[in-house]
Amino acid sequence: MTIALSPTQVPVRVNEEKCIADKGCTVCVDVCPLDVLAIDLVKGSAFMKYDECWYCLPCEQDCPTQAIEVDIPYLLR
Amino acid sequence: MNVLEQEFDLVVIGGGTAGPMAAVKAKERNPKLRVLLVDKANVKRSGAISMGMDGLNNAVIPGHATPEQYVKEITVANDGIVDQEALMAYATRSAAMIDELDRWGVKFEKDETGDYAVRKVHHLGTYVLPMPEGHHMKRVLYRQLKRARVDITNRLVVTRVLTGPDGSVAAVMGFDCRTAELVLIRTRAAVLCTGAAGRIGLPASGYLMGTYENPTNCGDGHSMAFHAGADLSNLECFQINPLIKDYNGPACAYVTGPLGGYTANGKGERFIESDYWSGQMMLEFYNELQSGNGPVFLKVNHLAEETIAQIETILHSNERPSRGRFHERRGTDYRHSMIEMHISEIGFCSGHSASGIRINARGETSVRGLYAAGDCASVPHNYMLGAFVYGKLCGEHAAEYCEGKDFVPHAPEAAQAEAQRILGPLGRSEGLTPQQVEYKTRRLVNDYLQPPKITRKYEIALQRFEEIREDLQQLAAPGPHELMRAMEAHAILDCAEMAARASLFRTESRWGLYHHCVDHPQRDDENWFCHTALRRGADGSMQLRKLAVEPYVVAVDESEKAAYHRLRVARVAETV
Repeated sequence: MTIALSPTQVPVRVNEEKCIADKGCTVCVDVCPLDVLAIDLVKGSAFMKYDECWYCLPCEQDCPTQAIEVDIPYLLR
Repeated sequence: MNVLEQEFDLVVIGGGTAGPMAAVKAKERNPKLRVLLVDKANVKRSGAISMGMDGLNNAVIPGHATPEQYVKEITVANDGIVDQEALMAYATRSAAMIDELDRWGVKFEKDETGDYAVRKVHHLGTYVLPMPEGHHMKRVLYRQLKRARVDITNRLVVTRVLTGPDGSVAAVMGFDCRTAELVLIRTRAAVLCTGAAGRIGLPASGYLMGTYENPTNCGDGHSMAFHAGADLSNLECFQINPLIKDYNGPACAYVTGPLGGYTANGKGERFIESDYWSGQMMLEFYNELQSGNGPVFLKVNHLAEETIAQIETILHSNERPSRGRFHERRGTDYRHSMIEMHISEIGFCSGHSASGIRINARGETSVRGLYAAGDCASVPHNYMLGAFVYGKLCGEHAAEYCEGKDFVPHAPEAAQAEAQRILGPLGRSEGLTPQQVEYKTRRLVNDYLQPPKITRKYEIALQRFEEIREDLQQLAAPGPHELMRAMEAHAILDCAEMAARASLFRTESRWGLYHHCVDHPQRDDENWFCHTALRRGADGSMQLRKLAVEPYVVAVDESEKAAYHRLRVARVAETV
């Protein structure tokens, strides 16, 4: 095995209290142009799975419970 | 091998701006046509205008501008290398398209009499129409798609257009980026609306997806057109954008210019007369950065409070709305500080520049049944409104074409080869990650292809790209998402090589910074007043040739031709 994982801080933050993915909501996952969000089935909330963000904000704006906050990726700040 | 096979009369690839319009207009022309719109994201929020747009940059509205005037302006801005008939096809349909969008519910700025409030940004004419509430653009388009009953498949990555024995479009192939299921769609015709190739170079921040263009727009359409045998035109005329330093939004002269903002050097002095994005403007920008007078800034801090507030409202709610939080973190307030700008990495984008899949005034490529519209096609300085107009032209003409065209068979071995190419990375547990291969390709693009262009550097780039082409055989993808990135790495490498080969072919300098060749510093109209066209040769290699500039339909006076060369403010006359 020669493939390693490099941890990185991702720009999308999901408030697990507010997120209603456990009720079947997938809006943020659906609208993301880069397809980088996913649902954690154990926790029942959305999370950013891949650090490939365009910080374009559809996930934040279209979230029905305002559970998402998008920050500018650290490398650009 | 499991392949989902489907059949449609017309497949539109890319659901951003031109794509939805093409699909809707094809259905309006012939409601019986089975039209499929595919997107590798979700049509609701895909493409360059995912978060809307703050205005039209090229509105040709009677009373403000004429089609002849517009055609002349773009001819001059693009150093004469244009298909004027294709520009005219846009210009004469521009106003009607604005009216149609207005009826669909797009909100344009209007004056007290209800007339469109057009502003001046270009060097000569008046074409900028603000859309302060342009953030709703995608919703407006989606409503029309539903109304016209267009079939939509989201999260489908199309990778190849397959042709039949007569060379015309037979099918498109790709895979689902959630399941990796292979898909083959037999079709009579296809429209490429895949946007710019905005992921060829690497943003200075090093963040792979920090590109000006939506990173989904990685040049897969350009690559597909090449492999289908279509001509691509003037690829050496790069797109380079003046952006906010470190942030991927425009600064944005089109919004601030009409309100009194301008591009300034480090001393706060204006150094270019027109902030319209031409190659010459970018060269002046580059020269200022190199001269020691930089950095370059957008200056609005001299404006009145209500004007600045208006600028903030537009810029922080449209197109790139995270701009506000970028400034906030750094403590940049438009009232007090100038906004540092920089020039971007390279790309292909006819929306602002002139390179792309070669089309004529009907939106046809050189492959029968294959159409292209928007940023990926070759009509220069076309912007969003041009994408809509050419989307409409492609949709209507493709619908007509489909009526007289039977399905043709594709070569089974071509489909087989493509299936193997797609499945390759999934089958490897060891190898290179798509991110590594992409990063390396794009880093080399920055190192060797970023203008000024130097022949020796370009030759080295081609050698290195050849090495990466072999590395593609080692790409490993653990799942469907990574597979999407792996196939994008193929397209990015194709575009990087096309950019290099097209640039080496044109042995002159033209279009300001876009094709600024150190070894051929002069413009050479005698030998190079022509388009260049790149296509796939029989052996699969990239072949280049010259194509004559089509006869002008609007004459341009000698005195007008140089208008865009006189951009530098006279009192700071030094050049580098």
